[in-house]
Amino acid sequence: MTTPLVDMRNISISFGGVRAVDDVSIDLHAGEVVGLLGHNGAGKSTLIKILSGAYRKDSGQIFVNGKEVTINSPRDARDQNIETIYQTLALADNLDAASNLFLGRELTTPLGFVDDAKMEAETRKIMARLNPNFKKLSEPVSALSGGQRQSVAIARAVYFNAKILIMDEPTAALGVHETKMVAELIDELKKQGLGIFLISHDTHEMMELCDRVSVMKNGQLVDTVRVEDVTEDDILGMIILGKKPSKAA
Amino acid sequence: MSTPETAAPARRDKNIFAALELDTRLLGMVGAFILLCLAFNVMTDGRFLTPRNIFNLTIQTVSVAIMATGMVFVIVTRHIDLSVGSLLATCSAVMAMTQTSILPDMMGLGLGHPLIPWLTIAAGLITGIVIGAFHGFLVGYMMIPAFIVTLGGLLVWRNVAWYLTNGQTIGPLDQTFQYFGGTNGTLGTDLSWIVAVIAVLATVYGLWQARRSKQSHDFKVKPAWAEVTLGVIAGAAILGFIAILNSYDIPSRRLARMFENRGETMPEGFTAAYGLPISVLLLIAVAIFMTLLARRTRLGRYIFATGGNPDAAELSGINTKMLTVKIFALMGALCAISAIVASARLTNHSNDIGTLDELRVIAAAVIGGTALSGGIGTIHGAILGALIMQSLQSGMAMVGVDAPLQNIVVGIVLVLAVLIDIIYRKRTGAK
Repeated sequence: MTTPLVDMRNISISFGGVRAVDDVSIDLHAGEVVGLLGHNGAGKSTLIKILSGAYRKDSGQIFVNGKEVTINSPRDARDQNIETIYQTLALADNLDAASNLFLGRELTTPLGFVDDAKMEAETRKIMARLNPNFKKLSEPVSALSGGQRQSVAIARAVYFNAKILIMDEPTAALGVHETKMVAELIDELKKQGLGIFLISHDTHEMMELCDRVSVMKNGQLVDTVRVEDVTEDDILGMIILGKKPSKAA
Repeated sequence: MSTPETAAPARRDKNIFAALELDTRLLGMVGAFILLCLAFNVMTDGRFLTPRNIFNLTIQTVSVAIMATGMVFVIVTRHIDLSVGSLLATCSAVMAMTQTSILPDMMGLGLGHPLIPWLTIAAGLITGIVIGAFHGFLVGYMMIPAFIVTLGGLLVWRNVAWYLTNGQTIGPLDQTFQYFGGTNGTLGTDLSWIVAVIAVLATVYGLWQARRSKQSHDFKVKPAWAEVTLGVIAGAAILGFIAILNSYDIPSRRLARMFENRGETMPEGFTAAYGLPISVLLLIAVAIFMTLLARRTRLGRYIFATGGNPDAAELSGINTKMLTVKIFALMGALCAISAIVASARLTNHSNDIGTLDELRVIAAAVIGGTALSGGIGTIHGAILGALIMQSLQSGMAMVGVDAPLQNIVVGIVLVLAVLIDIIYRKRTGAK
């Protein structure tokens, strides 16, 4: 088997005596979508925040392309081409799309000033690809619809050539049409060879979008299975009862 | 029939404003300010809008306005600084002692040494920056709410200033140092006109540069007439302001004294005008610096991003703790600059310098459109806010309103201004 794009081994983290993530190992290959499932508080968001640099793990190792890496901050994660789309979208509502897209990585003029015109032009280009209906470039993102805000969040990840994409409930706030758009985008990015971690509550959606799913319960990994090997009921059993499906190895 | 007729001109008005791309909120404030001035002018039989009063008004506004520009950043990041008046007093006390005692006596430079004002200013700036950074450290890294840190600072620094000077008034301050106060340091007619011309050219260049940059990326630009109109309005405002300041003559007795000090006698019929005060020039420099910082630098972008959504800023890799330290350090530096202006204007350091300034500064920023919920605020708005506050106060004093009533009115205006702002933001859908 090829070297995984991301290999998180034996990851643990505690908050005030509570083991939020307990000795969990998951991996992700290029061109693959791995879903993380579990109840609220199962530890999936916490696990993924360790990879995106928002939390520091207590123990365990992270390998990217077979090389062990240290991720202590969001900046470290970005240096490994890991981009995250958060459930809350993590946008500064008072700034426009371009400022949000480049937040923390502004383009600057030779004098060191931020180059708003160039950033807006770049935003225009990537938006033409992702969401051709996107026109409100100079307005604060608080004036945008849920889908448009999602486009900005996704554009932020895609623009900087992410190799590893983390999507935390990307469709939670979206309508039917916009959800379909995100699904198409995930397929498209997969073809381009990105590895995607997807977090969702929607088992049905996960069965369609993912290649494999890892199910967590009470901070521990129940199991990782290929979606074609299991039924939706098997997965529900894993989530609710924490029991491994009988068929899958 | 009548409906479309009345609707049409309204829509065209809107188009004109839309074409000029002016901030309607700012226009409203300017409008309110002009109305206020005109009303006071009528009530004082034309004494309010004389060159003399406008000159005084501007130099009285400078100190609060300089601090208000820093308060914008503090409030935009959802903090508050209640210690600015006290910090100003400590900076002023440090500078007063530096220039009257430490440098001349202890360091043996002697009074009137040319290095004294500059070393003094450096000492004041360092004091302000260190104390401000310390506040920022307590807020950013130790997670103590800014309200508490600076409420403590309000008490601490006011009385540190007292100890530094043993509660005495320290003066007179260094002659060169006094140039920064206003009346004792003006550019005179010719230099003021030169500054005005430079300002106009810079404005025109700025407009042209912005237009060219937009065009180079194929963005929509304003119609040329709108651009020209803006340039003409800005140019006329600059030149008009300088013309007013240049028409305020120095009183002849004061002029005679100035000649005497230089060992000359004043020629018969000699007149000279004050022109632009150096303190106002300083405020303009601060305003430009702070506006550039807010709009054209990463630091400014991060300040506004953090104010809009602190979590998003942090997840974008912004070090929000260090950012807090920088913002409060900058606030401290601006308190020091204000301390220079305030003490130089009074020609001495007194114990009560800057008392209640924290409230004036916060009020100026808030009237100027800075939202306490964070993420929104402009530098020019805060300066205009300071000017409105000062005009209100000095106008009422000229009209002869009782002192208690003055404060009642200022308090009501502050609350009303915020109410109007909330209604305006709701109507326009802006956040």
